[in-house]
Amino acid sequence: MSANSWTIAAARDALQKGEISAVDLTMSCLTAIDAGDTLNAFVHKTPEIALEQARAADARLASGEAPAMCGIPLGIKDLFCTKGVPSQAASNILKGFKPEYESTVTAKLFEAGAVMLGKLNMDEFAMGSSNETSAYGNAVNPWKVDDRKLTPGGSSGGSAAAVAADLCLAATGTDTGGSIRQPAAFTGIVGIKPTYGRVSRWGIVAFASSLDQAGPMTKSVRDAAIMLQAMCGHDPKDSTSADIPVPDFEAALTGDIRGRVIGIPKEYRMDGMPEEIEALWAKGIEMLRDAGAEVRDISLPHTKYALPAYYVIAPAEASSNLARYDGVRYGHRAKLAQGDGITEMYEKTRAEGFGVEVQRRIMVGTYVLSAGFYDAYYNRARKVRALIKRDFETVFAGGVDAILTPATPSAAFGLGEMADADPVQMYLNDVFTVTVNLAGLPGIAVPVGLDAQGLPLGLQLIGRPWDEAELLNYAHVLESRAGFVVKPAKWW
Amino acid sequence: MAIDIDTARKVAKLARIRVEEADLPKLAGQLSGILGFMEELNEVDVTGVEPMTSVTPMRLKRRADVVTDGNIQAQVLKNAPDAREGFFAVPKVVE
Repeated sequence: MSANSWTIAAARDALQKGEISAVDLTMSCLTAIDAGDTLNAFVHKTPEIALEQARAADARLASGEAPAMCGIPLGIKDLFCTKGVPSQAASNILKGFKPEYESTVTAKLFEAGAVMLGKLNMDEFAMGSSNETSAYGNAVNPWKVDDRKLTPGGSSGGSAAAVAADLCLAATGTDTGGSIRQPAAFTGIVGIKPTYGRVSRWGIVAFASSLDQAGPMTKSVRDAAIMLQAMCGHDPKDSTSADIPVPDFEAALTGDIRGRVIGIPKEYRMDGMPEEIEALWAKGIEMLRDAGAEVRDISLPHTKYALPAYYVIAPAEASSNLARYDGVRYGHRAKLAQGDGITEMYEKTRAEGFGVEVQRRIMVGTYVLSAGFYDAYYNRARKVRALIKRDFETVFAGGVDAILTPATPSAAFGLGEMADADPVQMYLNDVFTVTVNLAGLPGIAVPVGLDAQGLPLGLQLIGRPWDEAELLNYAHVLESRAGFVVKPAKWW
Repeated sequence: MAIDIDTARKVAKLARIRVEEADLPKLAGQLSGILGFMEELNEVDVTGVEPMTSVTPMRLKRRADVVTDGNIQAQVLKNAPDAREGFFAVPKVVE
C-alpha cells in the first residue's frame, strides 16, 4: 500500500519511528496528484513549497520534538488564503490574487509541521452542492459505477475527491450549510464541522459569516480528531473565535458510549426519502444501541423551516461580504469603455467576475435586505433561526447527548444531471445539514455503507455545543461497527 | 411574491451587477422561485421571538486601542488591478 493512501495516524506513527521520511511521504502524494489530473481536485499545485516543508518536517522529526501533524501532506481548499499562493475561492473575480498573509488555520497547521501539496477545487465562493459552480470546472468523484462522471458534492468537492482518491492524507474544508459533511458522505470519507467559534475564520474568504466554519476532511475519525486538534483554538483576529480550552480529541476516542442517549429526530424522516437511506439510518441506530447507547425518539419541530431560513440568511450575509469585490483592491477589473465611470466599473467587473449562482445569491441577499423587505424576510428568518436553535437546546436539556440523522438525501449524482433543475432543487441537498449551521452545533459525517449501485452513503451525528470530543467518540463507535473500508476502484 | 422585470433590474442595480435586458426575465423567474420557497417561513408563529444575532452568547472582546500593524503600503497595493503612486487608481469619480 503506497504511502499516499495512509491515514494521518498511520503516517504519524511511521514518521515518528523513522520508517518513512516526510519527503518520501510527500513525494508519493505528489506522484498521485500528477496521476489524478482527471479528477480536477488540485487546481494549484505547490510541489516546491511541499518539499521545502517536508524537509523542515524531517529535521524536526529527527530532533524528536515533533507534533502529530508534523510531516503530514495536506490539500488546502482554495477558500483559505495562503501567502504567495493563488487563493481565489474558485472565482474569476479573484483570478491572480496571491494573498500577502496566511489564514490562521493554515498558519496553525504549518506551525504543527503539516505540508501543503496545493489548493483544492470547490464551488465558487463555497456556493454550491456539486462543485459545478467552480471557475476551474467540475471536480470529479473518484467513485464511479458506470460511464457517468459523478459529483464529489460541494462545496468542498475538491477536498473530498482528493482525500477519497488518496491524493493527500487529508484536506481542509469549510462548511456553511453542509459543505464539509455532504461531500464527505458522497465520497466515503469523514468530515467534521466544529462548533461555531471553535476554529478561527481569519483569512478564510467569507461567505456567510454567522454560519461559516472550517474543519478537517479525513480518511478516519481518528484522523479527524488529530487534525481538528491542530486547527482549533482562540484567535484574537477573529472576534467570534471562542476563548475556551481545547480538549485532547484523540484521547476522547475511548469507544465507550454505554448509557449515553442518542436522539433520533422524527422530522428527518422525509417524504420520498430513498429506502436505502432509511435502511442505513436504521442500521446506524442498531450499531449505537448495540454499543450500549440508549436510543430515544425526539422531535425538532422547526426542521422543515431550516432550509428556507438558511436561503434567506446565507445570501443576505453573502451579499454584504461579497460587496468587497469591486475591482479596486484585488482580483479582476473589467476593461472599460470610453466614458465609463466608477459605477460601470463595479457593474461590469462583478458581472464578468462572478458566476451565475454567485450572482443569483448576491441578488437574493440584496433583495431580502432591501428597504421594505428586511422585516418580512431577513428578520423573520432570524426569528425562525432562533426557534431552530431552541429546538436543539430543548432536546439537549432533556438529556440527549447526540443526534443521529442521514447525512444526505441521496448518494452522489451525475455531473450535469442537475443542470436544468430549479436552483431550489439543488438546495435540497443541504436538507439534513443546514440545521447544524443555523444552530452553531458540531456535526460529523461518517461513511457507513454502500447503496445498491455501490456508492458510499453516510450518516451524520450532531453534538452539543463545544462537545466535539464526545461527538468524535460516537462517530468512532459508528465507524468501527460499520467497518467501512471500501475504496473507489482506480479508473483515473 | 413574484419578482417582475422592473424589480429584477432594480435588484441588479443595487447589487452592482450588470444584467443585460434580455436576461432579466429569466432572472426574475428564478428569483421568484427562490423567494416563493422562502414564503414557507410565513407559516411559523414567531410572536415574541427575538431575531437571533449571535450563535453563541458571548461578549465581544475588546482590545487595547493601539496601533499593532502598518507601514505595509507595498503589500496592501500588491494585488491591485491598478495602483499608482501609492494609491488605488479608479476611473474619474467627480466630473
